[in-house]
Amino acid sequence: MTASPVAAEPVGAAARHGVPVRLAGLRRSFGTTHALDGLDLDLAPGELVALLGPSGCGKTTALRVLAGLEEADAGRVLVDGEDVTDRPVNRRGMGMVFQAYSLFPHLTARENVEFGLRLRGRPGARRRQRAEEMLELVGIAAHGHRFPHQLSGGQQQRVALARALAIEPRVLLLDEPLSALDAKVRVQLRDEIRRIQLEVGTTTLFVTHDQEEALAVADRVGVMRGGRLEQLATPAEIYLRPATAFVADFVGLSNRIPGRSGPDGTIRVLGQTLPLVAPDAAPGTPDAPVTALVRPEAVDLLPAPDGDARVLAASFLGPISRVSVTLPDGTPVVAQVGSDRLADLTPGTPVRVRLRPAPVALAS
Amino acid sequence: MAGVIRRRARRQRLFRWVVLTVLGIFFLLPLVAMLEFTTRGAGGGFSAHTWRLLVDWPKLTETYPDLSTGIRASFGLVLLTVALTLVLLVPTVIWVRLRLPRLRRLVEFLCLLPLTIPAIVLVVGLAPVYAWVTYFLGGSPLTLTFAYTVLVLPYAYRSVDAGLSAIDVRTLAEAARSLGAGWPTVIWRVVLPNIRSAVLSAAFLTVALVLGEFTIASLLNRTNLQVAVNLLGKSSATMSVAVSLAALLLAFVLLLLLSLVGDGRRRTLKKEIS
Amino acid sequence: MAVVTTMPDPGAQAPGVRPHPARRRVRLLGVVPFFGYVGIFLAVPTLVVAVGAVTGDDGGFTLDNLARLGDSYVLAAFGRSILLSAVTALLGAVLGALLGYALVTARPDGLLRRAVTAASGVLAQFGGVTLAFAFIATIGLSGFVTEFLRDRVGIDIYASGVWLFELPGLLLVYAYFQIPLMVIVFLPALDGIRPQWREAAASLGGSTWQYWRLVGMPLLAPPFLGGTLLLFANAFSAYATAAALVSQGSPIVPLQIRGALTSEVVLGQQNLGKAMALGMIVVVALVMWLYALLQKRSAKWLG
Ligand SMILES: Nc1ncnc2c1ncn2[C@@H]1O[C@H](COP(=O)(O)OP(=O)(O)OP(=O)(O)O)[C@@H](O)[C@H]1O
Ligand SMILES: [Mg+2]
Repeated sequence: MTASPVAAEPVGAAARHGVPVRLAGLRRSFGTTHALDGLDLDLAPGELVALLGPSGCGKTTALRVLAGLEEADAGRVLVDGEDVTDRPVNRRGMGMVFQAYSLFPHLTARENVEFGLRLRGRPGARRRQRAEEMLELVGIAAHGHRFPHQLSGGQQQRVALARALAIEPRVLLLDEPLSALDAKVRVQLRDEIRRIQLEVGTTTLFVTHDQEEALAVADRVGVMRGGRLEQLATPAEIYLRPATAFVADFVGLSNRIPGRSGPDGTIRVLGQTLPLVAPDAAPGTPDAPVTALVRPEAVDLLPAPDGDARVLAASFLGPISRVSVTLPDGTPVVAQVGSDRLADLTPGTPVRVRLRPAPVALAS
Repeated sequence: MAGVIRRRARRQRLFRWVVLTVLGIFFLLPLVAMLEFTTRGAGGGFSAHTWRLLVDWPKLTETYPDLSTGIRASFGLVLLTVALTLVLLVPTVIWVRLRLPRLRRLVEFLCLLPLTIPAIVLVVGLAPVYAWVTYFLGGSPLTLTFAYTVLVLPYAYRSVDAGLSAIDVRTLAEAARSLGAGWPTVIWRVVLPNIRSAVLSAAFLTVALVLGEFTIASLLNRTNLQVAVNLLGKSSATMSVAVSLAALLLAFVLLLLLSLVGDGRRRTLKKEIS
Repeated sequence: MAVVTTMPDPGAQAPGVRPHPARRRVRLLGVVPFFGYVGIFLAVPTLVVAVGAVTGDDGGFTLDNLARLGDSYVLAAFGRSILLSAVTALLGAVLGALLGYALVTARPDGLLRRAVTAASGVLAQFGGVTLAFAFIATIGLSGFVTEFLRDRVGIDIYASGVWLFELPGLLLVYAYFQIPLMVIVFLPALDGIRPQWREAAASLGGSTWQYWRLVGMPLLAPPFLGGTLLLFANAFSAYATAAALVSQGSPIVPLQIRGALTSEVVLGQQNLGKAMALGMIVVVALVMWLYALLQKRSAKWLG
């Protein structure tokens, strides 16, 4: 990279800077816990992949193995085609942003950003210039002289991002960088991280347990479970066509509605025949009992005097609302409707439940 | 695997054990020596005579009357000092936090002041004060409790203050007041139960300090445990070493208990937060 | 107590809303016992020392006592006290810091750490006479180690005089309570060092040495210095160990003060003890003030 400010480079430079990353067959156990259980993950050059999964599924461990902060029991880490498995952290050239409290408290924001350059023996003037550019990029150039304890949580994370980017890392690693922040700051900073990532084009791994965050920022989302990757796909695909019941269940709110398996990879629920997301997952025997996972936005409610479901309650969420109903057998179902229809769906109203003909997943 | 990280962990473990072993020997050797010294028989063999005498109270009193006076005085002082410190300090600190916040700095300053006044210096100034104490209350060693309360003030204050900082006293008090509690009820039934472990830790520290105090007792001519031990050292070194070791172990057990209590507090706090 | 009654109104939280004076007085009643007690047993003794230091035998004001602090034997005692305190403070600080670091690399809730912390608490606070006897049992004339070395190894540690009951002995015994005190005051600072800092430094390309030079040491320097100062004050104030151990003369200031307190009152001597006591307060207060300054800084960084 040249000395010209990174921020001035055009968006779309990603392919020029990003390097491919491959994690192959990573295993790591702590005692009897298998934090990583044969994890395979490929990141394309300049891509932002979000790792998503429940607590303890090994996200942090995966990121730390990639960073070199943790050693794998087995498996390889390849960056730009080069095997870096046996290389120590400080020679991997990865930029890291931690959850919180990672800024050096005795250095100002600018000195923190300069730190990596200082280690590389860059001359003072160049260092300062680069630090100013980075602080500019993350939008807190005005606070460069402040110490970490004089900055808000969000500002501290911006500095941490600037510090990680200042060394022109080959890969950027973020471990729940937003989880210590307020909801509003979280959304704002998350969008900004995405903007900056697109601007510098560094291949990025973003660990989070917040699905909304993952879906919002990532080129691709990897859903992890028990130390392995369950599915790696674009946000839309993850949401609309979850590969497994676990993914369907974990990403987004799902109703569990009992039904029976039908012919040709379909199932019958509430008197309707629906296609399956993964037809192979259907039970071999026809007419076997199954549980379908149906998202609230795929459920429609029609007020009808002869409807056999009853409205229980409604929660107003702005333009849309969530209405919960019970089926005759007692199964609870949540539907998402436009708020203008709330007036017809007061508690006690008999309704008919219709499912949109979108593919559904089966619970395991 | 090459294992840079594991190599470092191993190095760290090695460093830990080297440091702990070397310093451990330095610190354990005197204790072992004390044990050996007190179990040395006449002909160089083993003898539990001293220890048997130490646990046989009537005989100990008979053999070393000064020592048993000192032990009794010290245990009396422990009780009195714990009581006086808590009664004086805890309500004041709570009251100042709740109702007189402007006095907080001053109270803190006064409580920490004894840290800058060595005990030997305090004795110099206490001598005339104790002339009056003797005049009013007599020359009993138990009167030392007044001086000891001053000595433990910094430690007790820090502990109680930390306990109060960990809870939101103001809100607690306001909630209780809004439910109709008077100030005494607020302090006794609401705030105090919430800083119980801080108060307990202040009490433990007081015990350890009082059991080990020598300077003031000795120079005000009152006999406590340490004064008696020191005196005894001239005639029966074996017994004085045995008592020293016993007192040391007692204090160690107390502080270990304290660390467990403190841990319990942290655990409950964490539970409340998460 | 004058202090209490001259305080500005403590109840005026909102401007314009002044509580009734009577209620204010009731409120102040709550702190009367504390201030009364501290007045009698802390303020009066301090004043006695301060006033006594500038009072002559005739009861009038004089600077003679303070001037006599310049006498060579008093100066020598202060010199020895300061030397003893400085050497044991440095020694204790370095070894205590090492021990503390060894402890934080162990499991935080492990038995090892808990036991060492409790033992440190005992040895740091308990001290005094007990320690003197511990060392008499260890390296006294018929101590465990002395006899072992003499009978089995053939080394007489007292070939050139019995140093245990003199200044060198004090050095050794003081180390025994200085190291644990350092462990206690330095552990919180070590705990304040976050693993993320080391990891951040490493991910930015720093070696272990660079991490310590640029992050670890600058962060730990204030608490280390502060701990050293506290150890200095601790040793400087210590009396019991020396009183129980030293058999002849009064090499250090606390023992000199004892001499002035207990000896027959020689003409012109009686307030010299108070002058020396005042001198001690000045030294310790200065050191503790510096300690508080350093403490504040490290609280900001490592709190
Ligand atoms: N240093 C360690 N020692 C022991 N067990 C560990 C260690 N690090 C991780 N583990 C265990 O490995 C598993 C995976 O941990 P990891 O931190 O990778 O989870 P995570 O997906 O990041 O979870 P979270 O969302 O809670 O951060 C967990 O069961 C955890 O308890
Ligand atoms: Mg994690």
